[in-house]
Amino acid sequence: MTIHDDPYAGTTETPEGPVFNVTGQDWDSIDVEGIEGDHLVVNMGPQHPSTHGVLRLILEIDGEQILGARAGIGYLHTGIEKNMEYRTWTQGVTFCTRMDYVAPFSNEAVYVAAVEKLLGITDDVPERAQIIRVMMLELNRVSSHLVAIATGGMELGALTVMTCGFRDREIILKLFETITGLRMNHAYFRPGGVALDLPEGALDELRDGVALLRKRLPEYAALCNANPIFMGRLKGVGHLDLAGCLALGVTGPPLRATGYDWDLRKKRPYFGYETYDFEVVTRDEPDAYGRFRIRLDEMAESLKIVEQCIERLAATEGQPVMVADRKIAWPSQLSVGADGQGNSPEHIRHIMGESMEALIHHFKLVTEGFRVPAGQVYTEIESPKGVIGCHAVSDGGTRPFRAHFRDPSFVNLQSVSAMCEGGMLSDVIVAVASVDPVMGGVDR
Amino acid sequence: MSDDTKPTGADPTPTDADRTQDPSHETQNELERSEAHDLEIVEVREGSFGVHGTGDTTGFGGLRRPVIMPGAATPPFGGWYDDVAQRLAGGDGLTDAIEKVVIDRGEITFFIRRERLAATARHLRDDPQLRFEFCASVSGVHFPHETGRELHVVYELTSMTHNRHIRLEVVAPDADPHIPSVVPTYPTADWHEREVWDMFGVIFDGHPALTRILMPDDWPGHPQRKDYPLGGIPVEFKGGTIAPPDDRRSYS
Repeated sequence: MTIHDDPYAGTTETPEGPVFNVTGQDWDSIDVEGIEGDHLVVNMGPQHPSTHGVLRLILEIDGEQILGARAGIGYLHTGIEKNMEYRTWTQGVTFCTRMDYVAPFSNEAVYVAAVEKLLGITDDVPERAQIIRVMMLELNRVSSHLVAIATGGMELGALTVMTCGFRDREIILKLFETITGLRMNHAYFRPGGVALDLPEGALDELRDGVALLRKRLPEYAALCNANPIFMGRLKGVGHLDLAGCLALGVTGPPLRATGYDWDLRKKRPYFGYETYDFEVVTRDEPDAYGRFRIRLDEMAESLKIVEQCIERLAATEGQPVMVADRKIAWPSQLSVGADGQGNSPEHIRHIMGESMEALIHHFKLVTEGFRVPAGQVYTEIESPKGVIGCHAVSDGGTRPFRAHFRDPSFVNLQSVSAMCEGGMLSDVIVAVASVDPVMGGVDR
Repeated sequence: MSDDTKPTGADPTPTDADRTQDPSHETQNELERSEAHDLEIVEVREGSFGVHGTGDTTGFGGLRRPVIMPGAATPPFGGWYDDVAQRLAGGDGLTDAIEKVVIDRGEITFFIRRERLAATARHLRDDPQLRFEFCASVSGVHFPHETGRELHVVYELTSMTHNRHIRLEVVAPDADPHIPSVVPTYPTADWHEREVWDMFGVIFDGHPALTRILMPDDWPGHPQRKDYPLGGIPVEFKGGTIAPPDDRRSYS
């Protein structure tokens, strides 16, 4: 096909000179006479295997050099925030867990924290529920970092890193499935606690899983840390210093790679994080390599927290995992059946056979939901990718009047331009991977 | 929820009579629970399920539920809130910047007059005793019943230096949806402001490139406004339709 057969191709006259639009035909068929240099604008994505989903990068390149980089987003916009305004406060968890699908528990956690703050029940959430939440969040931090390292490695051509990363993530997803019934999109955290207590035997599986991860995590360090190709591709690439991070709102591993120990788990603790023993990892290498090493070391710290959670869970066996207030707590506690999902037979017997009032209560709470006093709150927690925040507004009704999420991927992605410009084309992929954006979270 | 919203008469301002005459359960709850010094009735809803007139067979037609937001606090606010409030008002030409202060659920909100927003943000970032160097989030909220104050834009600012968090809230009427941009002070607000423009139609004056960010460039309307329905968008498949899910009844 020549340039003249294609309705999207052709020449446009602009004040800066002629612009040639090409859509994939052979380079020789393009009439480029009278053009000086190789000044090209290239769309990388939105369907490109190295852009972590449907990210579109608009690159202005001169040969292999990046003159300008802009990110185009919105290809995965699903209207989660709008949808949440039409569902009850409890149902909102089901929506927001789908935002950053690699770290679903962070989305759920920040949302339920916001609802609990609006209700004024933050301190009433039972201890066991908080321990379970912390454990799930930290396991999720490990699995999210494993995806970051695995996909980042794959984009460099390090396929072994990819297969190892997904192999080890599988251990965690199995644990998630044991506890919540689902590998992702859990909707497990609920306003007031968690949906159900740990099933029988879960603690033993957790201990085995953590032991296996402890054994395998050093493999990444052995494979990558001093690997000359790996270092050659990552060191000095995607540089962003502390001033740049703060101006652009970048948080998470890229911020801690500048040497600043901003971690909300320590700075503004939530869910009882102040009672756990762990270190915040920082490095003085604000580049892709520093971010990789931060993620690696953070995984070890997270496993330390998970081990403490397992001990505490063993000590709090049988304690409640949902607030005592029956006007807020979900009326039934589901159980896991033989097929991996289950009802609550005792509760059904109670409401269907024993108590009319219990049935009415169940019906009202499940269909109408609880009312939340009017007002607005903003909560934030430390997700694997940075600070995730939730701005929730209530008008006193049973549904959110407005729920807005400050997703760390959305904000951190803005810094890709600053990281790439002036560098080489191949470094764009490394810079994007070092930010670890998940488009589900960016576009919501 | 827009369909539940009914005009509440010519005078939406709260009166003392409203407060005392409303014995509803929810109001009592709110009065007990909120730490706010004063409460502000911003809307009164009637009936249930958003059904009005002869269609209402629920028996709840006489129900009245006021929407009560936390109202303005009066100084002293307590703790570091006073330091920040005084220091903020002490900036160059910022004596009248604060419209009101709301303290609720352990969070402080400064309502800033919109013409003072840009200077306030710069002062909050640069004053060494304030040093709110990190703009975490910018979010919009649409209150269709607040005549003349429909569009709210909410800025979440964190001072990492002092480990403090405040919220700025700026309002603009639907008829004149202009708010100064804070991008010159907080470059991170670039995408946030584009999102608020995209979703609510707030125009940020001085933004370097205020274009849609999540919706397609040629999209009509601003989807997260309350007068924009959920669903019902034509789809590009033959015979495919999406029924508007917000036709379901809701507890008003």
